[in-house]
Amino acid sequence: MAVSTAEATTTSAEGDSPLLRIEGLHVRFGRQTVLRDIHLNIRRGETVAILGESGCGKTVLLKTIVGLQRPTRGRVLFDGRNLLELPAAELARQRTRFGFVFQQAALFDSMTIGENIAFPLRQHTAMSREQIAEVVLRRLAEVGLPESVLTKKPGELSGGMRKRVGLARALALEPEVMLYDEPTTGLDPIMSDVINELMLRTRAAHSVTGIIVTHDMRTAVKVADRVVMLYPLSRLEVGEGQILYDGPPRAIEEAADIRVIQFVRGEAGERLMEMRRLQNAQGEAGHG
Amino acid sequence: MSSGTQVGKDGLPGAPGSLVNDLAQWVADVGDRTMEWLVALGSLSIFAGRMFRWLLSKRPQRETILWNFYHIGVLSLPVVAMTGMFIGMVLAVQSYAQFKMLNLETRLGAVINMSVVRELGPVLAATMLAGRVGSAMAAELGTMRVTEQIDALTVMGADPIHYLVVPRFLACLFLIPALTLMADFMGVMGGYFYSIHILNIDAYYYLQNSAEYVGLFDLGAGTAKTLFFGASIAVIACHHGFHCEPGAEGVGRAATYAFVHSFVAILLLDLVLGIILEGIYGMLWSTAPRLV
Repeated sequence: MAVSTAEATTTSAEGDSPLLRIEGLHVRFGRQTVLRDIHLNIRRGETVAILGESGCGKTVLLKTIVGLQRPTRGRVLFDGRNLLELPAAELARQRTRFGFVFQQAALFDSMTIGENIAFPLRQHTAMSREQIAEVVLRRLAEVGLPESVLTKKPGELSGGMRKRVGLARALALEPEVMLYDEPTTGLDPIMSDVINELMLRTRAAHSVTGIIVTHDMRTAVKVADRVVMLYPLSRLEVGEGQILYDGPPRAIEEAADIRVIQFVRGEAGERLMEMRRLQNAQGEAGHG
Repeated sequence: MSSGTQVGKDGLPGAPGSLVNDLAQWVADVGDRTMEWLVALGSLSIFAGRMFRWLLSKRPQRETILWNFYHIGVLSLPVVAMTGMFIGMVLAVQSYAQFKMLNLETRLGAVINMSVVRELGPVLAATMLAGRVGSAMAAELGTMRVTEQIDALTVMGADPIHYLVVPRFLACLFLIPALTLMADFMGVMGGYFYSIHILNIDAYYYLQNSAEYVGLFDLGAGTAKTLFFGASIAVIACHHGFHCEPGAEGVGRAATYAFVHSFVAILLLDLVLGIILEGIYGMLWSTAPRLV
């Protein structure tokens, strides 16, 4: 795994204790269990891609990490502390150490792009209006957007531009951890590559720890230095762990588990057989 | 229960379709519905509690207050004023024939103004607020929930209840009395205009009757009630928005229920507060002239 000198220094200074420690995490919605007994450690400076098909609980895991979703059991320790046990003011302060890029960008509709990027700065800093404007312009330039978008509303921008504004907003407070929820979903291949490049640059410029939830193999291979693959609980055998693969992205294609290989190659496999069985059953019921 | 009793589907006693089974199913349905209501009421209470905690612990930001005061108060004025004026006129139209038969048409002043100031002004202003603002708040917050904007606020360290709900609550609470006074004023003017200029009732006696029966207590009581209406509209509408289900259908349902539940709350509160205020009036002015 390629680790820069700066990162290596930080890691040794902090010891080997992970920045994020996920212990025995269970998340259940009503009767449906989405995450079961997840254990995961993420080190400072590492970029981890969480892969998996739709419905396997990737986004739920991301939201649980930042405390948007309360786990049914287990805990997430950030820098040794359980966020959900902190008092409200301290929790709000700790959350500013995270930057979250949402799947649909989640920009505030009622605000202009400039106000969106300035929002975290206005909330958490005592910066003057001019200083905020300066930071906003810097972040905007960082994600490659022109100044002319500042006065526009989110609805006037394309999906790719909105994602980039979301990235600029997440970077406003210079967080230590960047969380990306499906950063390239719904974008054309060119724009997907732009976003991948921006994630790499963000890592290089700010030395952030990154967690990328995606089902895009190209993103995982290009941006991440570690890949964790989750599998839907409903398809697992009793007693099987939900994490099917945890290792470097290049080695995923040689994984021993056929389900990992099928995902990497985009092969439907048994899903097609299930579909045919269902169609046959429906056909027989219709004739009967 | 005898040992011969059959157990139907769902583990309920009795053969499927039997009277016992139907009855048991009905009881189970009523139980489910009751549980749903209790859970919803509990959720609403927790939501209101969190809102009050933020209200008392941290002042909302100036720009969120101004924006909400403008959108909730100022923009509601025309529709509330128009409704008030028409209600005053309609009351004159509806009551005139009966009062004329008894040669008591000058009493219309007291009847119209009392109805407007004590009941119709406050309730109509609150209903208009629930319709125009409550539904819009639920739809706006619901859309924010569905598009993860509320989550975005949270991860940026801004509590969504403090940022989104408290300013809306304050705007509803402080501006509904002002809207009610506008509805009252326009209702009184509408009733006066129709009675005096269209129905040719004597203006002197019309006004004298009004002054005799309608006092400051009525105006104050009617306006005071609206504080409770405004508070309930804000809490109910914001709660529906925050707990909106995904999709366009979820947002639509949140907006509809925000209005329906606010309206029911307004009517319930109106009854309870009406009884309480009537008791207070009776204690303070037991010999004052009464319409009934």
